[in-house]
Amino acid sequence: MKTDTIAAIATAMTASGIGIVRISGDEAFDVIDRIYRSKNGKKVLSKEPSHTIHYGYIMDGDEMIDEVMVLLMKAPNSYTREDTIEIDCHGGVLVMRRILETVLKYGARPAEPGEFTKRAFLNGRIDLSQAESVIDIIQSKNDFALKSSISQLNGALTDKIRAIRAKIIHEIAFIESALDDPEHISIDGYGEKLEKIVEEIQTELEKMIRSSENGSILKEGINTVIVGKPNAGKSSLLNVLVGKERAIVTDIAGTTRDVLEEQINLNGISLNIIDTAGIRNTEDVVEKIGVDKAKQYLGDADLVIYVVDSSTALDENDEEIIAMLADKKAVVLLNKSDLAAVTTVDDLAKRLDQKIIPVSTKENTGIEEFENTIKDMFFHGQLSFNDEIYITNIRHKNLLSEAHESLKMVEQSIADGMPEDFYSIDLMNAYESLGNIIGEAVDDDLVNEIFSKFCMGK
Amino acid sequence: MPAENMVQASPVENKGKKRRVVEETYDVCVVGAGHAGCEAALACARLGLQTIVFTVSVDSIAMMPCNPNIGGSSKGHLVREIDALGGEMGKNIDKTFIQSKMLNKSKGPAVHSLRAQADKAAYSMEMRKTLQNTKNLTIRQAEVSEIITENNVITGVKTFSGAVYHCRAVVLCTGTYLRARCLYGEVVNYTGPNGLQPANHLTDSLKEHGVEMFRFKTGTPARIDKNTIDFSKMQEQFGDERVVPFSFTTNPDDVQIDQVSCWLTYTNEKTHEIIRDNLDRSPIYAGVIKGTGPRYCPSIEDKVVKFADKDRHQVFIEPEGLNTNEMYVGGMSSSLPEDVQYEMYRTVPGLEHAKIVRNAYAIEYDCINPNQLLPTLEFKKIKGLFSGGQFNGSSGYEEAASQGLIAGINASMSILGKKQLILHRSESYIGVLIDDLVTKENHEPYRMMTSRAEYRLLLRQDNADLRLSKYGHEVGLISDERYEWVVEKEKLIQDEINRVEYVTVGANKDVQSLLEQYGSVPLNTGTTLTELIRRPELSYEVLAPIDPERPDLPAEVQEQVSINIKYDGYIRRQIKQVEHFKKLEAKKIPEDFDYDAVDSLRIEARQKLKLYRPVSIGQASRISGVSPADISMLLVHMEQMRHQAGKKES
Repeated sequence: MKTDTIAAIATAMTASGIGIVRISGDEAFDVIDRIYRSKNGKKVLSKEPSHTIHYGYIMDGDEMIDEVMVLLMKAPNSYTREDTIEIDCHGGVLVMRRILETVLKYGARPAEPGEFTKRAFLNGRIDLSQAESVIDIIQSKNDFALKSSISQLNGALTDKIRAIRAKIIHEIAFIESALDDPEHISIDGYGEKLEKIVEEIQTELEKMIRSSENGSILKEGINTVIVGKPNAGKSSLLNVLVGKERAIVTDIAGTTRDVLEEQINLNGISLNIIDTAGIRNTEDVVEKIGVDKAKQYLGDADLVIYVVDSSTALDENDEEIIAMLADKKAVVLLNKSDLAAVTTVDDLAKRLDQKIIPVSTKENTGIEEFENTIKDMFFHGQLSFNDEIYITNIRHKNLLSEAHESLKMVEQSIADGMPEDFYSIDLMNAYESLGNIIGEAVDDDLVNEIFSKFCMGK
Repeated sequence: MPAENMVQASPVENKGKKRRVVEETYDVCVVGAGHAGCEAALACARLGLQTIVFTVSVDSIAMMPCNPNIGGSSKGHLVREIDALGGEMGKNIDKTFIQSKMLNKSKGPAVHSLRAQADKAAYSMEMRKTLQNTKNLTIRQAEVSEIITENNVITGVKTFSGAVYHCRAVVLCTGTYLRARCLYGEVVNYTGPNGLQPANHLTDSLKEHGVEMFRFKTGTPARIDKNTIDFSKMQEQFGDERVVPFSFTTNPDDVQIDQVSCWLTYTNEKTHEIIRDNLDRSPIYAGVIKGTGPRYCPSIEDKVVKFADKDRHQVFIEPEGLNTNEMYVGGMSSSLPEDVQYEMYRTVPGLEHAKIVRNAYAIEYDCINPNQLLPTLEFKKIKGLFSGGQFNGSSGYEEAASQGLIAGINASMSILGKKQLILHRSESYIGVLIDDLVTKENHEPYRMMTSRAEYRLLLRQDNADLRLSKYGHEVGLISDERYEWVVEKEKLIQDEINRVEYVTVGANKDVQSLLEQYGSVPLNTGTTLTELIRRPELSYEVLAPIDPERPDLPAEVQEQVSINIKYDGYIRRQIKQVEHFKKLEAKKIPEDFDYDAVDSLRIEARQKLKLYRPVSIGQASRISGVSPADISMLLVHMEQMRHQAGKKES
């Protein structure tokens, strides 16, 4: 059905040795021709035979992104039965991401969740018995994509996009109402006014695109939660890891009542750390909310860091946490190793089957062992990024760039002295692209805006 | 085979007594002779089918009960498209207009739109003459009160007098007449527009057949006696110097007539004060009328309330014809009481001594939820029953005529056993209109707007013939001769576009002085004619002096060459979007598709899909509440079915 060209990262988003970016569709070869350079600079991949592998570089203009191997598969002899290219690059999240971004910049669009599989099926590549699994993939990936693209977007960003969209639709509505009712509404001299507005919006979009390059649209990384009883040293641990005073640290139990978030980077592995209120039975209403949240975060986490105060005995609160850790990836830190031990490694080992490391956040001991443990878990594949978040981020960035591009065309139309009705075509495209980020379709927005804001009619 | 037209009287039992009723047989019964009904009836009769058109009053054929215009933004496009398909509206207005303007001339070609003031009486009379002189067409004054079906297939209609008309297709074009009531202030008249007899019985029959009905309302301003207006206090509005006809068949030289003027004046704070003080006497604000009115033609009450910050609103005083003193007060439709109407109109400069000939009023009427229709305008559940116009929940003469034409064509095609005509959004405003009606939720009378057409750069009023003549020809409403000219025209346009691309222009004196004349930057080096045409301040036409080899081409061809070259970049982009769109439209969903068998559809999507029963994946994707993931599910499921079917065969 759709034969436009799609691309995605085909391998897991881990620090594995090799990563694959896959492109499929009618223009797959056009895209690769635009970004591939062979060693002698002369090879054109679209002229090469199917099922061959080529060494070379991926280029964004004059900038070299990575040294790669490119595998060519011409239709119908590929998974999707379309022209397909696979770019084998050095593994590593950043490199894969840069390559995918380059592929998108030069003509492909980000694949929808499960789209390669869907195409393979629709093109008759996959056997009927596999259809059910196709449906599952589309469904689960879509559920996630929806969740991640909307609910995980931080509120501030959503608000910003909504505000920009409101501005854009207002301008379109003005143009359209003037076109629809030229005798009532005059549009003379509007180009200059619009130019200013477009410029403002572009500046805002540029800011957002830049911040998306720093990965801050969605928090990428391993979702990590620090749990433990009040005053076990959770916030101190976070501060040691982050290297600055972030959480409020006092000796009074129950001071971290809310949830703190921090992103840290351990040897290239990013952890999205959530510091929670200490888990204990409490009558304090505010604290109780924090405790409930902590339990909820624990349930969703990819990795749990359980901090135990070795100078106190294990109690019912610890039992509760230990029970929740049963089927989670977790590391137990036995804190306050500088004080006399009441609870020992053995006490804990009897109760749970997780790695236990004695540390002292005060003396800064044991932290290195902890970091190495995390690294080992990651390289042994016990931990992985949620690649959907990366893909969602790339999709968002792509949409922001599309909107920006559309606004550029509005500017161009104004500069060229095109009639006003041409402005609204590209404004509408920008509006749509931004809508896709926050999951809002166009539907009847325009007609509603026209009628509510502009007085027209016989 | 068209039916033999038979008239006979047959006995029926009535309270023990034998009574004889009229019984006749036709191919098609058209109910209503407004703008939709006329087009439907003409199309059927012209395609050789025995056709009868019913109207509650023969004097109201093609009546214009509201504004005295044909065309306007986007509506002018519709009229052009009707003409390209072989309809009558464009020809009829060309014969009866008294002023004409091309709107938006300073804007891009996609939004140029013709609008003409009609002589209402002449418009109606001309259309009546055309109907009378059309072979196979019978006009009958009668109120149709029932539709007759057998096994969900239409077999005829029955009139209030008991007469039965057997037929193979019915086109319902009842306009605003079904259980109509007109209101202003405390006054409620149970009449159709202009005090005409309403049709009070058909609604019940339709409901019995399971048709879901809506109730919509609209309104019209007062008509004022010309002799009581002081035009010196108003601005005169002239028609265009050179009039462009609506119909592609009208010779432009034939429409250069003496035109009459319209007049512009404004409301003021005093007007608004009177309205605000009397809002409680408006049936809408008092809650007597509950339906939402159309937002695009708000009553003056609505304007004053909703746009309270505006200290004045425009008022256009437009003649209703050459032989009447009535002037239409555009911009001031109302349902306020008679005494308030006098008071408020008289606050407007020039109307201080105005006498009202007809009151402004609001009208309520029954119409259908158009989601019960296929894109062919046939009812999904009743075979052979078609409908068009305000009955389908639209508004406007042009919207009505468009649907009437398509309903008439498709009623004919189904009788003749030929392919139904569905115009797509990518090729016509009519396609957008019908697709919106049958696919989107509609809570007010639907009006066409250029912003509703996503591919409007391609759907211009100037190229309606190029876009649609092939369909008009295919169904049989456009003659071979007329169609051959369109094909020829297409070729001339393409050849000329190709030619100018290779015409090089040097930086010589003649060229530079021509450029200077149009305020265009002089050339440094040679270029092509195409490049020059792309400059906003230039066009194909003005560059004739520096293009000595130019062939002698008709103006309509030159215009197309100019537009196609000038907006090439934009046009290409839209063509690309259209290609994608077409792929989805081509993916047909079987009529008996079982949505319950697709487990993975979300509940909301499943309900909507079952309700709308879209004909294609494209249409399905436009239903609100159906997500891209649902569309994927549908595609996967359909593919699965195809595999299974393939296996069974082998």
